[in-house]
Amino acid sequence: MSEDPNVPPDPTPLIGSATDISRLSRTAPKPAHERTADEEIERADWEALAASAKFGELLKAKRRFIVPAMIVFIVYYFALPVLVGYARPLMERRVFGAVNWAYLFALSQFFMAWIIAALYVRAAKRFDRMSREVLKQGSQMTARSK
Amino acid sequence: MTPALSMFFLFVLITLGITYWAARRSRGAAAFFTASRRITGWQNGVAVAGDYMSAASFLGIAGLIAFFGYDGFMFSVGWLVAYLTVLLVVAEPLRNAGKYTMADVLAYRLNPRPVRAMASLSTITVSTFYMIAQMVGAGALVTLLLGGSHVSYQSAVVSVGVLMIIYVVFGGMLATTWVQIIKAILLMAGTIFLSLMVLAHFGWSLENFFDAVTRVTYHDKGKLVTKNFLQPGLRYVAPYGPLDLVSLGMALVFGTAGLPHILVRFYTVPDAKTARISVVWAMVLIGSFYIMTTFLGFGAATIVGRDHIAAHGGNNMSAPLLAQALGGDTFFAFIAAIAFATILAVVAGLTISASTSFAHDFYTNVIHKGVERAPGEEVRVARVTAFVVGAIAIGIAILLGKDANVAFLVALAFAVAASANLPVIVLVLFWKRFNTTGAVTGLAVGLISSIALIMISPSIMKIDPPGTAAAARHLIQRAAIFPLENPGILSIPLGFLGAILGTLFRREPKAEAGFAELMVRANTGLGAEKAALK
Repeated sequence: MSEDPNVPPDPTPLIGSATDISRLSRTAPKPAHERTADEEIERADWEALAASAKFGELLKAKRRFIVPAMIVFIVYYFALPVLVGYARPLMERRVFGAVNWAYLFALSQFFMAWIIAALYVRAAKRFDRMSREVLKQGSQMTARSK
Repeated sequence: MTPALSMFFLFVLITLGITYWAARRSRGAAAFFTASRRITGWQNGVAVAGDYMSAASFLGIAGLIAFFGYDGFMFSVGWLVAYLTVLLVVAEPLRNAGKYTMADVLAYRLNPRPVRAMASLSTITVSTFYMIAQMVGAGALVTLLLGGSHVSYQSAVVSVGVLMIIYVVFGGMLATTWVQIIKAILLMAGTIFLSLMVLAHFGWSLENFFDAVTRVTYHDKGKLVTKNFLQPGLRYVAPYGPLDLVSLGMALVFGTAGLPHILVRFYTVPDAKTARISVVWAMVLIGSFYIMTTFLGFGAATIVGRDHIAAHGGNNMSAPLLAQALGGDTFFAFIAAIAFATILAVVAGLTISASTSFAHDFYTNVIHKGVERAPGEEVRVARVTAFVVGAIAIGIAILLGKDANVAFLVALAFAVAASANLPVIVLVLFWKRFNTTGAVTGLAVGLISSIALIMISPSIMKIDPPGTAAAARHLIQRAAIFPLENPGILSIPLGFLGAILGTLFRREPKAEAGFAELMVRANTGLGAEKAALK
C-alpha cells in the first residue's frame, strides 16, 4: 500500500466520490485495487499494448480478411457498370427465358454482399477472441507496472 | 377526410406518442445523443435501414425502373453493396473510439479544434443538403398523394419540418430511433405486399412477369414504342453514361460510410460487436428491399404504364400508382402513408446528426475547448440547433418551390461524404503519419471539389428546351463543363490527395504518438463508451 505515513488515517468514506473506499485525507495515488474503470484507462500503457505480439497478431488477422474482402467486392461491384457499359452484347444475352446476364449479374451483387458480410461475421468472432486476449494481457501488464 | 389523410394522422399520432414516452425517459447527454447506448443489435439494424432508405429509394428508384428499366435497377445495387465498406472498415472502429460524432475519432490524435471545426462543417453541409432535397421532395409528394385534400406545398413542407423538429427536440435519439424502426417495418411490409400483388397479377409466374418486362409500350416523343426493359442503356448512354454510373457507384460505396446520419447510429449500441450485428441486420433489410424494387419498378412499368404515370405526377408516383392499380384507393393511401413516414424518419435522422455535430463538435469542443460551462449545456445547444436547422430547411424548401430540381442535392451529399469524410476517417485509422494539416486540407478539398464539380455539371449547367417551367430550369443556361452528374470519380481521389499532400507538408509528432492509443482503442474497444445504466 502506498500510504503516506505522515497523514493520520481517516476511516470516513467519501460519499459520491469515484470510489467510496478512498479516504478524505489521502494525498498519495490510489492503490491498484481501488481504481475505477475510468482511472484504469488513464493508466493503460497504450504503447506497450500496441507493440505486444498478441495485438500484432490481431491486426494481421484483421488485415488478412479485410483487405482481400474489400478488393473482391470493389472489383466485383465495379465490373457491373463497366461490363454493362462496354460489353453490352454479352450482357444482353438471355439465360433463363427473358432474363439476361445483365439482370442476373446485378442480382448476384446482392448475394455477393450478403456472403461477404456473413464471412466477415464469422471471422470477426475470432477477432473478438483475440482482442479479449490482448486486453487480458494488458491488464496484467498494468498490474505488474504498479 | 380521405383515407390517405387519416393514415397520415394515425402515423403522426403514434410517433408523437413515442416522442412523449422518449422525452419522459431520457435525461442527460448520452440519452439525448445516443439513446443511452442501449439500442439492441436488431433494433439498430432496422433503424439504420429506416434512416437510410429515403423517399429517393422508395419512390425514386421504383420510378427510375418504371421509366428506364434495367438502368434504374442497376442504380439499386450500389445502395446495398456500399454497406460492405460500413461493415468492414468504419462501424466497429468508430464505435470503439468515438463518443457522439465522427470527429471524436479524428480528435483523438489530431489537434482537436481545427479538425472538429472542419468535420462539423462538412457534416452540417451533408445533412442540410440532404435534408433540403428530402423536404422539397416531401412537399411535392404530399401534395400529390393527398391530391383530394387540398393540402398546399407550403403547409406540407411546414408540417414535415415541424414534426421532425418535435421528434428531435423533445425525443432526442430515442424517439428518432423508434420513428425509424416503425418506418422501416412499414416500408418493408408495404414493399413485400406490393411485390406479392405484382406476382399475383402475373399468375405467380416469374416467367410471365419477365416476359411482360421485355415488351413495355409507351409514348416516346409522341411515338408509340415497345422496349425490352431488361436491356441496359435506356438512360445511361455513351459516351458518358457508363462513366457516370461508375462515378455514382464510387460515391455510394465510399460515401455511405461517411454519411453522418448513418455514422451516429453506431453510437446508440452498447459495443462494437453490436454495431457489427446491426450492420448485418441493416444489410438484410436493405438488400431485400432493393431486390424487391424489381417488382415495384417493372410492375409499375408493365401494369400501370409509363404514359399513365407521366400523366399522374411523374416517375416518383410509380409505386403509389401501382398500389392504386392493384389494391384500390385504400392501398394507395397505405403506400402514400409509408412514403410520408419514410420522409419523416430520414429528415429526423438528418436533423439529429447535424445538431449533434454542431453542439458537440463546434459549440463545446471548438468554441469552449471541450468544457461544458453548465450541466446539460451541450444538449440544450443541440436542441436549439435542431430547431434552427429545421427552420432553415423549411424556409429554403419553401423558397425553392415544389418544381425545383433538387435531385442533385442527394448526389452532392453522397459526394461530399465520400470525398471529404471518408478519406480522413480511413487515414486517421490506418496511417500513422497522418496529421492535422492533412485532415483539414482533405476535408476542405473534398468538400470544395464536390461542390465545385456539381456546379459545373449538367445538374446545374444545361440548356433547357424553351417552355420549361421557371422553377425547374437549370441555374446556368450553358453547356456543362464537367460532363458527369456525379462528381465522385474525380472528387474522391482529390479528397484523398488533399489529405495525403497536406500531411506530407508538415510533421506532427503528437499525432504520430497518439497512433498507438487510437489503434488499440479502435481495435479492442478498450476504454470505449459504455451503455448507460438504467
